Amino acid sequence: MRKQLKSNYEVVVIGSGPGGLAAAIAAKKAGADDVLIIERDLELGGILLQCIHNGFGMEIFGEDLPGPSYAQHYINAVQALGIETLLDTMVLDITRDRRIYATGARSGYLDLQAAAIVLAMGCRERTRAQIQLPGPRPAGVYTAGTAQRWVNVEGYMPGERFVILGSGDIGMIMARRITFEGGKVERVLEILPYLSGLNRNYVQCLQDFDIPLQLRHTVKRIIGNDRVEAIEIAQVDEHWNYIAGSEELIPADTLLLSVGLIPENELSKQAGVQLDPLTAGPIVTDGFQTNVPGIFAAGNVVHVYDLVDWVTKAGLVAGRHAAQYAQQLTHQVGERKYVPTASGKNVRYVVPHQVAPESLTEDTITLQLRVTHPLEEPVRVLVHDGENLITRKLKRYARPGEMLEIPLRGRDYDAVRKAQELRVSVVPKG
Amino acid sequence: MPSEYDIIIIGAGIVGSLTARFLSRYDLDILLIEKESDVCAGATGGNSALIHGGYDAVPGSLKAETNVRGNAMWDQLSAELQFPFDRRGTYVVAIGEEEFPRLAELHQRGEESGVPVETISGAEMRRREPRINPETSGALYCPSGGICDPWAATIAAAENAVQNGVALRLQTQFRDFIWADETKREQIVGIQTTQGDFYARWVVNAAGLYADEVMHRAGVRPEFTITPRRGEYYVLDRADVEINNVLFPVPTEISKGILVTATTHGNPLVGPNAQEIDDKRNVDVTPAGMAEIWQGAQKLIPSLTRRNIVAVFAGLRPGGNAPCLGCDVEYNKDFIIEIPTEVHGLVNLGGIESPGLTAAPAIAERVVELLRSAGEELTVKSTWNPIRPARPVFRHLSPQEQATLVAADPRYGRVICRCENVTEGEIVAAIHAPIPAVTYDAIKRRTWLGTGRCLGAFDTPRVIEILARELGKDPLEISKKNGGSEFLTRKTKEVRHA
Ligand SMILES: Cc1cc2nc3c(=O)[nH]c(=O)nc-3n(C[C@H](O)[C@H](O)[C@H](O)COP(=O)(O)OP(=O)(O)OC[C@H]3O[C@@H](n4cnc5c(N)ncnc54)[C@H](O)[C@@H]3O)c2cc1C
Ligand SMILES: Cc1cc2nc3c(=O)[nH]c(=O)nc-3n(C[C@H](O)[C@H](O)[C@H](O)COP(=O)(O)OP(=O)(O)OC[C@H]3O[C@@H](n4cnc5c(N)ncnc54)[C@H](O)[C@@H]3O)c2cc1C
Repeated sequence: MRKQLKSNYEVVVIGSGPGGLAAAIAAKKAGADDVLIIERDLELGGILLQCIHNGFGMEIFGEDLPGPSYAQHYINAVQALGIETLLDTMVLDITRDRRIYATGARSGYLDLQAAAIVLAMGCRERTRAQIQLPGPRPAGVYTAGTAQRWVNVEGYMPGERFVILGSGDIGMIMARRITFEGGKVERVLEILPYLSGLNRNYVQCLQDFDIPLQLRHTVKRIIGNDRVEAIEIAQVDEHWNYIAGSEELIPADTLLLSVGLIPENELSKQAGVQLDPLTAGPIVTDGFQTNVPGIFAAGNVVHVYDLVDWVTKAGLVAGRHAAQYAQQLTHQVGERKYVPTASGKNVRYVVPHQVAPESLTEDTITLQLRVTHPLEEPVRVLVHDGENLITRKLKRYARPGEMLEIPLRGRDYDAVRKAQELRVSVVPKG
Repeated sequence: MPSEYDIIIIGAGIVGSLTARFLSRYDLDILLIEKESDVCAGATGGNSALIHGGYDAVPGSLKAETNVRGNAMWDQLSAELQFPFDRRGTYVVAIGEEEFPRLAELHQRGEESGVPVETISGAEMRRREPRINPETSGALYCPSGGICDPWAATIAAAENAVQNGVALRLQTQFRDFIWADETKREQIVGIQTTQGDFYARWVVNAAGLYADEVMHRAGVRPEFTITPRRGEYYVLDRADVEINNVLFPVPTEISKGILVTATTHGNPLVGPNAQEIDDKRNVDVTPAGMAEIWQGAQKLIPSLTRRNIVAVFAGLRPGGNAPCLGCDVEYNKDFIIEIPTEVHGLVNLGGIESPGLTAAPAIAERVVELLRSAGEELTVKSTWNPIRPARPVFRHLSPQEQATLVAADPRYGRVICRCENVTEGEIVAAIHAPIPAVTYDAIKRRTWLGTGRCLGAFDTPRVIEILARELGKDPLEISKKNGGSEFLTRKTKEVRHA
């Protein structure tokens, strides 16, 4: 039986992955009474539900959990706190003034008003079109995440002999999973000269199973009109041009793509949320508020995370700020003074984009960043305002596949308040 | 006794489907056969979707004549068959001052062919299409041009034909003719197919790319050959790129050039190039082709970035070498629309390349006229219904209409394709339509699911589940386009190659 929904909520969270669950919990704990999570899938938990491998929760729980167990922890909390949830319901549209239109087979057509919204729609996988793979369009070309759903949730194998393009985490994890299920992974190809996922996944998923990884290699052509019959691969030079003579034909019935994730921001755009072309996610403050007052964002919708623990932490911050906004309508962008962050040497991007020094009186602010290329030596992560060093941190190495963090703390308040800009760079310790 | 028909039509592209639909008006027994598992699987399935004004066809050719006549028929056709068509006009855009004089030539050719055209200034073009190249110096506007949904048009035509009594057989491939007298081979009485023999007094060759092979089986026009000319395309994300119009570059000697166009489904289209190839099945997209169309697109809209791309595909133009009969130009790329004299019982179509989509209703009309003039008695059926009611399209409805639809049938509330907002209700309706959609691609053609930015990554598992449920099949049997293109190979935990 469908329970009667209210038409007004203090905080509505769109998406129930770890980002959305954490945001809802934090919003409720920060005093928002009416919190609603809207999720298009049949269950809460987001992408974690299909991630039945271990590797979640080392940072927060100090425990190596499978995805569903990690999610369950937060689902329990959501239920204990009496947060309302709407499953099997897709948000179709949101407006600048935070109206929400959604639809579901069980919930019907909905039109709601929220005082604050947290966007937590996660991300989607890049497809063969985005990397412009040549050839016809047979069955047997799938994204790694779709294959993961088939194998882990629905219990079907999408093929028997696989080539995997891209050394992203999902692809490597699927290579192992397919091997467990009696499929054969002929090759994992990576166009870059280095791994794009986590090193631990390379060791645990490829090396341990003797699955060959070829760097600087890509698919030159898909072969087969009805179903994939073979994959022609080739080596590439530094400009990604095929190297003549390096071609090899690999008989295979399936090509899996693990070639990157894109934050899912179509709804955000409809509401006028401004995106950062580098992250493809919203431009956010340290409270994860977007340029549209009252619209917040958390998790992979902001930028693609490699570890779920950081998603949860970001969700907690976003949820708390959303509740505060809903209750007092403070924190509007423009009301507080904000200091912009910027990418310095070897840094591809920094999130959040703007930091309110006042926030440091309440909590630590974590700057999240990715490097442009691997630095396989001890490095320093530095935050500067012009010549002035604000804070720094030592790391054993820095790789594009692994997000870095550097906290700003209460003690940095004065320096941040005076700063024109917070420029983050990563340099060899030297 | 074998099946007997009055007329058999070979090929369910736009031409065969409209021919079937036009002929279904009369008291005739008609069979439409198609070798693929769905209608619209040939040239009609991959093209620019333009209803050309007709200003650039060679005056006096069959192409010019059927283009102009066909163009005028689309309003009524789309009203009766209820598919998307939008007569929003087309533009030929001159970039830089040096291209501007070329517009005058085209303008004059348009006037000679009696097609209304208008030359507008660069400033006006920039106003109508804000993202156009700032160097635009002017444009030729052809108000009678338009865009349509070729999938919807073909499916609607075939469905309407079926509703009016036409028998449709999919996965039925023409192999050869059956003759009254095998030694003389003068009078056709039927055809052999992969699904058995069928008899009829007339056979219409609407086989698109394979029309040459079909007519050669009848011994007609042995010199006529079709050389596929491949055109590659990009589909762009409407969330990133707003294109309001149909934009052609100034044509070169050899091609109309790479166009950038709005579509009825919303995502802009970029293409096609033109490459002659020797394999009628080769719809590969190629690195060279993609580079070519990208360059062409950037000429018109320099601000495009590769991030805007959501899909790539290619189509094959069934280009023939038929000489132009009616005009004084030595032109050998005309359509064939004829009843050949050397045999009896064949209506022969061939070389139906661009503007074949535009011309298709006029070609179908001519087929009817050819049959009438060959003495065929055409009596209108009192039961003929020209209306094919459209099924609801959730994303095209207003919020109020959406709410009403969901209240009436909750399956329209469950979104299965997240990019194009296609609902379970639409999928189920397509599966149980007059021509049942039983493969993934068939559902895609009817609903546009899987054509957006995630290219079906999200909807595919869900569509397989719905297809299996509605058809009472195992998910392992569900395929992309036919036997041999199943998505899944086995259940997990099953031993392979036991
Ligand atoms: C396949 C995969 C494997 C991973 N493996 C690991 C690992 O081993 N270890 C680790 O620490 N991290 C891993 N990660 C990373 C981590 O799990 C993710 O970063 C994290 O789950 C992202 O959380 P999220 O809440 O941002 O998004 P998601 O979990 O993707 O949740 C988004 C939710 O929003 C819903 N939604 C989207 N749009 C709408 C809408 N319009 N209306 C309603 N609902 C909507 C979706 O259905 C989904 O449930 C993996 C990620 C993926 C994709
Ligand atoms: C790249 C490109 C761009 C184009 N752009 C435009 C445009 O913008 N505007 C325009 O007006 N026109 C355009 N065209 C042309 C237009 O698409 C074609 O002229 C039109 O679709 C031809 O329709 P048809 O029914 O003759 O052929 P098809 O759609 O190819 O149909 C023929 C059918 O016959 C079937 N068949 C073949 N052999 C057999 C057999 N032995 N047995 C049974 N069935 C068989 C095939 O499977 C196919 O379904 C374009 C074409 C291409 C390729």
